[in-house]
Amino acid sequence: MSGREGIIGKVRTALGAKAGDAARTRAVHERLLAAPQGVIPARGQLPHAKQVRLFCMMAEKVSASVQRVKKPDSVPRAVAAYLRAKNLPSAVRMGSDERLAAMPWHTMKSLEVKTGAADPEDEVGVSHALAGIAETGTVALYSGPRNPTTVNFLPEHHIVVVDAKDIAGDMETVLASLRQTFGKGKMPRTLNLITGPSRSADIEQTLLVGAHGPRALHLIVVDGG
Amino acid sequence: MQITSPAFKENARTALADPQLQKALVHVRSGFIDKRVKAMDALPEFDALRDSARAIKDHTLTHLDLYLERYEEKVREAGGVVHWAETADDARSVVLEICRAAGARTVTKGKSMITEEIGLNDFLEKEGVRPVETDLGEYIIQLRGEHPSHIIAPAVHVTRDQVEADFRREHDHLRPDRDLSEPEALLGEARRVLRAEYFSADVGITGANFLVAETGSSVIVTNEGNGDLTQILPRVHVVIASIEKVVPTLEDMSQILRLLARSATGQDMSVYTTVSTGPRRPDDPDGPEEYHVILLDNGRSSMLGTEFQDMLRCIRCGACMNHCPVYHAVGGHAYGWVYPGPMGAVLTPSLAGIDKSGHLPNASTFCGRCEAVCPMHIPLPKMMRHWREREFARGLNPATQRYGLRAWALFARHPRLYRLATSLALPALSFFTARRPRFRYLPLAGGWTRNRDLPAPPSRTFMQQWREREAEKQGAHA
Ligand code: SF4
Repeated sequence: MSGREGIIGKVRTALGAKAGDAARTRAVHERLLAAPQGVIPARGQLPHAKQVRLFCMMAEKVSASVQRVKKPDSVPRAVAAYLRAKNLPSAVRMGSDERLAAMPWHTMKSLEVKTGAADPEDEVGVSHALAGIAETGTVALYSGPRNPTTVNFLPEHHIVVVDAKDIAGDMETVLASLRQTFGKGKMPRTLNLITGPSRSADIEQTLLVGAHGPRALHLIVVDGG
Repeated sequence: MQITSPAFKENARTALADPQLQKALVHVRSGFIDKRVKAMDALPEFDALRDSARAIKDHTLTHLDLYLERYEEKVREAGGVVHWAETADDARSVVLEICRAAGARTVTKGKSMITEEIGLNDFLEKEGVRPVETDLGEYIIQLRGEHPSHIIAPAVHVTRDQVEADFRREHDHLRPDRDLSEPEALLGEARRVLRAEYFSADVGITGANFLVAETGSSVIVTNEGNGDLTQILPRVHVVIASIEKVVPTLEDMSQILRLLARSATGQDMSVYTTVSTGPRRPDDPDGPEEYHVILLDNGRSSMLGTEFQDMLRCIRCGACMNHCPVYHAVGGHAYGWVYPGPMGAVLTPSLAGIDKSGHLPNASTFCGRCEAVCPMHIPLPKMMRHWREREFARGLNPATQRYGLRAWALFARHPRLYRLATSLALPALSFFTARRPRFRYLPLAGGWTRNRDLPAPPSRTFMQQWREREAEKQGAHA
């Protein structure tokens, strides 16, 4: 396409560079291969137990609610309790994530569990995070056959389960583990880094929690996960 | 959008006399500044990150051709399509082609300054495609038929009362007794109206804060979640991004992310950072079936290799305008184009041409705060001075200014002549102001005396006074 040659050509001329310049090509190749980390804040460089605590504290600072449970089997009860406390109908939407699917949802008799992509009517979505990032209280989620992205955005309440062992001090650790899972240079369709419930300050700079995405973000940290 | 930058002075005068605007602008002065300082103070590595981010962008810009090629290759591998657009016109045509192929009647849009730059909404409307802005601020100004006045807070010039009036005018379903007095109620109303739009749109258009060459990903950073709904619900996702948005790796994105939200809104991290790569995968339960990226040049390549290259490091955080006394006084619309404040004063002449952006490089007090707060270390005042020099060289400023500067140059090169002239002029000036030591009017100084008095100078020049003092000191020592 001519636009491509036009732009690349103009960029090269402006930079005084020649196509196929071996030194420049090598510089780029090596930079991409090495993916140097740069500056990592000391804030998250802690023993693991403290990282988990920092994660919870940072998440609460951005208006998420956090609950810690001992084992994966406790998650359904925690979810049901959340619904009751918030006066929500006893129904949740989730993907078919293996970790979620292995939990004893059937023990919550009145709880309806709908699987698959979210509908506009769903009030509560449940997802399992790939990881937590302690420095900012962020959860990382990715899309895949068992993990619809709509669950993270359409429902008013988003409950995210995160295993304590997957909580890292900094973003770079999580990016590295993503690279391990998917292979160098490959990515899932969507990686969501979520830090608190949606918000807007577009009317007179007044901070309002609950914009187009979920109004509430509830994190369940599983210690023995 | 119609550029009115040459009328900056008139625009500014109107803005200063607009009570609604002045009321709204208070929120810029109070809102952003303290939050940024707090977030910055809580991160001791902030300055080290600024240096790191500058190095990343400098490296990328000097290898931009190669990173763009690599980026395209990776997008294609992931099943996406890259379109190259040299001009705004090219970009608009590509968007229209995609919309036509998708049979789109409605497109939803996440907040994107690039689509403002290419005037996409007006164009699509003319072609019979209905664009719907989904960011609350953008939605408000779309209802008002306006343009953003701030790059991250597009409706910062609008008061709550005005928003309520706009909603009552445009949303016919609203009953008159519906209480909209609280900002929450207004947000709830916008959320409800826009929910339906996300589902009816055939194409969703977003911008990008980053493009990652390593993975072929586009990245959006938002707080409301509208950008995500825009890109996962419609069948086609179109990303429009300018060529300088590319960074080499995910780690590089992470370095700059640590600066972006802190500098913009004082958050450690925005609520949603979303990395998208290609269309939905074969077994994915949701996500768009098509993924297009339009790479826009529109004048950026000609900034490379010039004194304006550093401007291409800009991450559109808005800190420079949040700290600018000129922006505080007149708001964003006075700047007359898409990009206001100090970054706009540099970028507008680069992208739209200096002949079309008249006074913008002069819309500055040169206080230097913009450069001090810029997370990417962009020397904004220096670049405004470069534009002033070019403006002068091309004879674009008014004749009085040019002659004045030329006369000054003559004096500066001939100090004796200067001393002679000032020693003659001062007694004359002080003669006229013997009774009241201020000038209400002075020929050739109308620009100053129109709005304020000029203090009368003393009757003897600085050099004369200095010599006398030195002589006195000598006398005292003797
Ligand atoms: S010039 Fe600097 S401060 Fe201004 S928007 Fe760009 S990055 Fe932010």
